[in-house]
Amino acid sequence: MRPDLIALLPELVLAALAMVVLLAGLASGRARHGLLAGGALVSLAVTALALWYAAAATDPAARLFSGMFALDRFAVYFKALFLLSSALVILLSVDYLKRNDYRPGEYLALIMFATVGMMTMASGVNLAAIYVGLELMALSTYILAGYFRREVKSHEAATKYFVLGAFSSGVLLYGLSLIYGTTGTLDLGALTRALAAGKPATATVVGMALLACGFLFKVAAVPFHVWTPDVYEGAPTPITAFMSVGPKAAGFAMFLRVFLGGLAPLSASWIWLVGAAAVLTMIWGNVAALTQDNVKRMLAYSSIAHAGYALVGLVAGGAAGVNSVLFYMLVYTVTNLGAFGFVIMLESRGYAGETVTDYAGLARRHPGAAFGMLLFMLSLGGIPPTAGFMGKLYLFAAAVEAGYVWLVVVAVVMSAVSLYYYLRIVLQMYLRDGEGVEPAELVAAPWTERVIWACGAAVLVIGIVPAPFLAAARATAGVLGLS
Amino acid sequence: MGFATNLLNIICYVPLLGALVIIFLLRKEQTAAIKTVATVVAGLDFVLSLPLWFVYDPAGPAFQFSYVHDWIPAVGATYHVGVDGISVLLILLTTLLGFIAVYSSFTAINHRQKEYYVFLLLLQTGMLGVFISLDFVLFYVFWEAMLVPMYFLIGIWGGPRKLYAAIKFFLYTLFGSVLMLVGILTLYFYNSTGLQAIGLPGLGHAPTFDVTELFKIATQIPPHVQFWVFLAFFVGFAIKVPMFPFHTWLPDAHVEAPTAGSVILAGVLLKMGTYGFIRFSLPLLPDATRKAVPWVVALAIIGIVYGALVAMAQKDMKKLVAYSSVSHLGFVMLGMFALNPQGLTGSVLQMINHGLSTGGLFLLVGIVYERRHTRMISEYGGLAKVMPVYAMLFMVITMASIGLPTLNGFIGEFTILVGAFNRSTTWAVIAATSLVLGAGYMLWLYQRVFFGEITHDENKTLKDVNLREQWTLIPLIVLCFWIGIYPKPFFRILEPSIRRVVEVVDPGYMNHPELHLPAAAPAAHAQEE
Repeated sequence: MRPDLIALLPELVLAALAMVVLLAGLASGRARHGLLAGGALVSLAVTALALWYAAAATDPAARLFSGMFALDRFAVYFKALFLLSSALVILLSVDYLKRNDYRPGEYLALIMFATVGMMTMASGVNLAAIYVGLELMALSTYILAGYFRREVKSHEAATKYFVLGAFSSGVLLYGLSLIYGTTGTLDLGALTRALAAGKPATATVVGMALLACGFLFKVAAVPFHVWTPDVYEGAPTPITAFMSVGPKAAGFAMFLRVFLGGLAPLSASWIWLVGAAAVLTMIWGNVAALTQDNVKRMLAYSSIAHAGYALVGLVAGGAAGVNSVLFYMLVYTVTNLGAFGFVIMLESRGYAGETVTDYAGLARRHPGAAFGMLLFMLSLGGIPPTAGFMGKLYLFAAAVEAGYVWLVVVAVVMSAVSLYYYLRIVLQMYLRDGEGVEPAELVAAPWTERVIWACGAAVLVIGIVPAPFLAAARATAGVLGLS
Repeated sequence: MGFATNLLNIICYVPLLGALVIIFLLRKEQTAAIKTVATVVAGLDFVLSLPLWFVYDPAGPAFQFSYVHDWIPAVGATYHVGVDGISVLLILLTTLLGFIAVYSSFTAINHRQKEYYVFLLLLQTGMLGVFISLDFVLFYVFWEAMLVPMYFLIGIWGGPRKLYAAIKFFLYTLFGSVLMLVGILTLYFYNSTGLQAIGLPGLGHAPTFDVTELFKIATQIPPHVQFWVFLAFFVGFAIKVPMFPFHTWLPDAHVEAPTAGSVILAGVLLKMGTYGFIRFSLPLLPDATRKAVPWVVALAIIGIVYGALVAMAQKDMKKLVAYSSVSHLGFVMLGMFALNPQGLTGSVLQMINHGLSTGGLFLLVGIVYERRHTRMISEYGGLAKVMPVYAMLFMVITMASIGLPTLNGFIGEFTILVGAFNRSTTWAVIAATSLVLGAGYMLWLYQRVFFGEITHDENKTLKDVNLREQWTLIPLIVLCFWIGIYPKPFFRILEPSIRRVVEVVDPGYMNHPELHLPAAAPAAHAQEE
């Protein structure tokens, strides 16, 4: 096989298998959820094998498909992360699909197509390639947000997400065209050389700013976050879980690669833009979350806040900054998927178990799952010995090293604030006995429960023995041309 | 060798192991078994910590029983534990109070017992971890992780305003410690690569969070860096102590916590703040420490007087004891920031004393609270007639708290005053005068609760302390007398560690010809008369 095709093997395999799942889904209709989900999981596992093979066979420094595509350590790390998060999301969805009687075929195939898009984004070294990956991911996610069509809230969420998402893609594309118009290239390497050569044209800086706006929208950062709470609240919970980790991590993958790779010579211009966005995102995300009674909205604002922390790593830049964002994405993925898994288990009896008070007394009724949720809340709040603490430690260390002490002060103070709303859930679960209210009953969802257990274990393991996971993130150093 | 190097790990993780046993092997209905396991584990932990007292060699290296293991090599964080004289005493205090806390809870806690003992044991591991850590990341992990079980102890088994108190405790202390993290990171990078972007070159050492490595660069850190790091540490530690004006979480947490929670809070948790100062701020940031002396001492003295005055006005016994802690901890801080051997030794000794006497007071208040379900002073009166043994025990602890000679409080306060006097007569005069206030509120409390006629009929039938309750208090009383009558072993174990701190924070002091003492003759001699 040509080296180009070998490097693209994971995407090819996953896309092909997604179509198989799609066709099999047509044949089986609303039945055989387990079989189809199993097929999707096997497909992801096969893709992971293909990724392993492709990574071993490809020169990390090679630029394939005429400089469009690279399979460096950075890309491999993110692809593995996407495969992991998609697999967990599928596991979270199985019980949910079955319970609500939706067709699994298209649903699973769309998640797989979105994963192909994300994987392409992580590998793109040309703005056009990144954009193609982004659109594949975004289009699949738009449909997924509205997939559960019997729920009215879901329609609103999907429409909002689609309109605003399309608009932001437009802004992003406009930025791309300005950059292409002034520098004559979309290749990140060539772009760096062109920008380093001399003072950039004003239009280039405007293009860069528009690109930043588009990216900030995709990672749900303030002031481009307004879609997030509504969409997260309205979308089916497994899809909310998916959107909060996969596409967000993919957004950061392209953000890191484009801004620290291609647009690095412009860093003096964008660092303040992104730094300001990070501060606003951390403050607004955390402050707005304080007053949310709806748990999904609360987690939406929390995910905004976490985008803010990750942006701190981007501002810090350098190898340490990149590594810390990569590590943080892993930490955030396992923690947030676990937390959403718990919300999914609560979604019974029609009211979708969304208000904070539904959690009253759960620790007594379901000690195991509640303990998992406790771990996830502590991890999101950054309390040791959970993964969240190690993620933040590494992230903030990178920023202090780069000299952004003030940014870190904002970040740590806001993460102390965040404990207030994370502990509200803990308080309901453990401190209230559920007096006066009929305590909610968790639905029987064996696979969801297993995901909670796995994520809980991961949160503790990464929190106590972070060394191997950090090493995996650090192995990517240098691929963006950073020391 | 194996035992000595692993002793600290064993001490630290035995309670965790006990908690796991309770979680996985016992059902929540097996309350008797749960209590037994918890008591045995806590007692065993105390016994295991005793070798520290006998084997720790004051003349030996600074940190003993060290154990180092790779942890996060990528950032230079190691699993490094070890103890000096200061931490040996605090560990013994922790294991003792931990055992007493478990033992005193048998009848006080009647619901969700399994979780209760699990959290109590987890808290124990967290606190011990703080005192043995010699790596900043490890220290920070224990420091924050410990908040979680305490949050639950207050929030589940606390008084009427438990939810408010629990969240206030958690957020207040968390706010302080996150800023401390920024300080830690700044030190870390100053030691290694520096903070290039703000024009602060580093020293170029290998990146490490190891405190013993960072001690070596203490004198090389430029003053402005020391200032900011000191400030960051100060917020974290001062909230924990708590120093005026950061004390407002304390009355809520102490009053709402269950008895054992209050004992641990007052006895051990508050010491973490003062321990933080003496372990990290003083030896790592000597220049900033010297400059901060007037400010810290001013806050400490305000705390002493303010805490005493507010305590005097309290109607609730537990609140009174809580505010007395603010006052006592002010004393500890005053002695510490005298920055001389007497002041520092007295300060550490007073940490222990406060743990014993205030822990004892909370236990005593808990005993009558269990019988009457009120802590209002006005609900009592004349108890000496119906509960003579209780009255006697209360008297001893009260005297220990006031600082009556032959009891521990006297030794601590006196040594602190000697240290303070060495620095400034004014401080010593103000602080000594305020001792009268301390005697005032405690004796007034004693008078209102125990003397006079029995004004409430319910009090006429109160049962005196039973054997178990007596045994929770007797170890404390024995120690109070021991320290009060023969404190020499305590001074001996502290002296070299204190001297190391003073050598860094005030090198001029140790070189003073009149004060120059040979290493073998502890400076403590002067204080024993």
